[in-house]
Amino acid sequence: MALELDSITVRYGRTTAVSDVSLSVADGEVVALLGPSGCGKSTLLRTVAGLEKPTSGSVRWDATDLAGVPVHRREFGLVFQDGQLFPHRTVAGNVAFGLRMKKVERETRDKRVLSLLELVGLEGYADRRVTQLSGGEQQRVALARALAPSPRLVLLDEPLSALDRALREQLAVDLARLLREAATTALVVTHDHDEAFTLADRVAIMSRGRIVQVGPPAEVWSSPVDVETAKFLGCNKFVPGSFVGLDVERVGLRATALRVDSDGLIEGTVVERVHRRDHVRLLVAIDGEEYEAVGPMAEVGDRVRLEIDLDGVARIG
Amino acid sequence: MGRAVAQARAGLSSRTGWSAAALLPLAFLALFFAWPVLAIVSLGLREGGVLSALADSDTWELVCFTLGQALASTVVAVLAGMPLAFVLARCRIRGLGLVRAAVMVPFVLPTVVVGLAFRTFWPDGGVLPIVLANAFFNVAVVARTVGGLWAHTDRRAEDAARALGASRPRAFLSVVLPALAPAIGSAAAVVFLFCATSFGVVLVLGGSRYRTLETEIYLRTVELFDLSGAAALSLLQFAAVLAVLVLGALARRRRETALALRDREELARRPTGGEWYVVLAAFAVVVALLTPVVGLVTRSLSTRDGWSLAGYVALNTRGDRGTLAVTGVDAAVNSLRTAFDATLVALVVGVFSAVVLVGLRRSGARFAEVLDTALMLPLGVSAVTVGFGYLITMDALPGDFRTSPMLVPLAQALVVTPLIVRMVLPVLRAVDERLRQAAATLGASPARVWREVDLPLVGRSLVAAAGFGYVVALGEFGATSFLARPDAPTLPVVIARLMSRPGELNSQMAYAACVLLMVVTVGCVLLIERLRVPSSGEF
Repeated sequence: MALELDSITVRYGRTTAVSDVSLSVADGEVVALLGPSGCGKSTLLRTVAGLEKPTSGSVRWDATDLAGVPVHRREFGLVFQDGQLFPHRTVAGNVAFGLRMKKVERETRDKRVLSLLELVGLEGYADRRVTQLSGGEQQRVALARALAPSPRLVLLDEPLSALDRALREQLAVDLARLLREAATTALVVTHDHDEAFTLADRVAIMSRGRIVQVGPPAEVWSSPVDVETAKFLGCNKFVPGSFVGLDVERVGLRATALRVDSDGLIEGTVVERVHRRDHVRLLVAIDGEEYEAVGPMAEVGDRVRLEIDLDGVARIG
Repeated sequence: MGRAVAQARAGLSSRTGWSAAALLPLAFLALFFAWPVLAIVSLGLREGGVLSALADSDTWELVCFTLGQALASTVVAVLAGMPLAFVLARCRIRGLGLVRAAVMVPFVLPTVVVGLAFRTFWPDGGVLPIVLANAFFNVAVVARTVGGLWAHTDRRAEDAARALGASRPRAFLSVVLPALAPAIGSAAAVVFLFCATSFGVVLVLGGSRYRTLETEIYLRTVELFDLSGAAALSLLQFAAVLAVLVLGALARRRRETALALRDREELARRPTGGEWYVVLAAFAVVVALLTPVVGLVTRSLSTRDGWSLAGYVALNTRGDRGTLAVTGVDAAVNSLRTAFDATLVALVVGVFSAVVLVGLRRSGARFAEVLDTALMLPLGVSAVTVGFGYLITMDALPGDFRTSPMLVPLAQALVVTPLIVRMVLPVLRAVDERLRQAAATLGASPARVWREVDLPLVGRSLVAAAGFGYVVALGEFGATSFLARPDAPTLPVVIARLMSRPGELNSQMAYAACVLLMVVTVGCVLLIERLRVPSSGEF
């Protein structure tokens, strides 16, 4: 294992930000720390970077304890939510910074800077001032800057949160490709599950300072460990497994779990109807309970039959 | 368990590190400020008579006059500074550069020069010229401190009040003024401090009739050798200064937390309607600020026999019948050199202190407030006391420091350091901590982070602080008048000496020397203005 976190606890005075967290990241693996804001995931990331000292527990790299290694000797790259580019340097100056710290000679450095700018899709931006860049471009430069000195591990703290939605989705895909191509070992902090699932090989769900579940995205998505996690992952209705024909005690339903279908086995009455971009969202009463459902046109008051879409169902536990 | 303890200790290590670093500026203060001042005070206490001085009704008359004139000066400075603050912060009009320079120049003019400038209008001195001269100095403090905040306060709160039916004056009184209150309070505290300890102006304009604590301390130590009396007065002054400093720190803290700040660019616009009256008032203040300066230049060129350059020519001599030990030109060169050394010392101590203060605050050490206030103390303690303290303590340092050519620069550096701290600190604080962290994760050691991130970002304000410190050192009079050796006086000392001797040539030469000093000062200020450093420096 490349990175190993061994029962890390971080306390500020009386508050415990991170509580007894253990996690490992294998060489070349991308792990996402996913959780609502304030769950301690950023603190954990900063602890790995060496910007916070754990109250107890240890951060190890290839079995070596990093407690005595200061931030600048860890060789962990860090990308902030809002870039934090050096305003007094050009794009190239920013990207070259880590290489200069490593005393890489000029020719190699220049070449590396150009290839990284190409990698993040910013060819020809070398001499621009960073203050003239858009938010998305700034994040790309921040990423190139972090990757340039070939860090052992890249830490990304909500790398896309400051961007608007369309750009975020595009960049998430680009970022996933970049991390794979460079075979980067990375730890990503995010509160957006789409982002986590796009980027990561494994997802660690954090809640109130603890890691409650770790696993591949598909597994975490389909079997959240408890109701709270399921709610965070988009489930808004909880029913016995028998309701959807599954042999588990409880399942969580997402908005897409029920679909209007004339062959469906469940019957209900449409209570409310909302038009979305590419589908209609319905509120359907079944045996006095209201459920969300996706469907074609239907009027309020209509009797409809519903089919279960297992992609929208999460087994709890 | 042992491991947990070790790590808990590591968590404290940055705080401990910064606290250790804070010891350096504190040691500087202890050696070159606290020790001399305490030596003077204890000297006074030992001789007894402090109680009798405190019981003396003359003492309290002196205190009343000192505080009264300081209060009056502060009121005048605030009233005159407000329209200027408005124009600097909110108006997009022509001649703004001129306004800015005209406001800044008086603040850095040597006190002796200002005293003489006002004497060209009130040859016999008096209370009014003392108050006006003190205010003249400090209009800049009000205009820049209040203007700095005003320039970044959201105009929309005012617009909202207007939309809710408040008249323009009403909106100003109920929305704008409360928002500016912390800056006004902080500026007023500093102005009050400067006025209460002002020395050169009162000495030149008050003569023996109007005396403040500061000039009385000087007179008692130098002319009456009444050390215990002087010590008692120093103690009184110290208590007052400390109180004002604490109030100022409180006001500053509120200002740092409570405001939604915006860029000046989107707030400045052409004045409309009634705002032109404010602009008019501001320009009236500018004219009033320039009048003494013009008067001084005129006076330096006019003699009983009409216009003449005699005073300037005389700068190359030792004055009428050898009043001075060196020529005016020699003194000028010595001034420049001394101020350079002082600035260098103050820059090193000041910048180091600012860095430590930022580090301490960041690591959450309470100690930060203590260091911050301690660094401001030399501004308010009688420079005369400090100067005299040097004379009785510095011989204890290796190599008889009293005769060292570094003595005067060190005393001046003590006065300049707080100003440098106040100018550099806000800029350093404004640097996002995560920018430093980004550099660290890219492999930059703490020293390298400072060089690669902090230094380039504060560079311009550093140069401005250096220039500013240089002119203040150039004009320093209180401590220098005590410490400068007769064979190596600075220009302000020479001016005071020339004025105290009879002979038209002497006073002519003094006025010429004033103009010379003023030219150098104005040159420095214009240079700083060209650097266009954000005007939000705190004083």
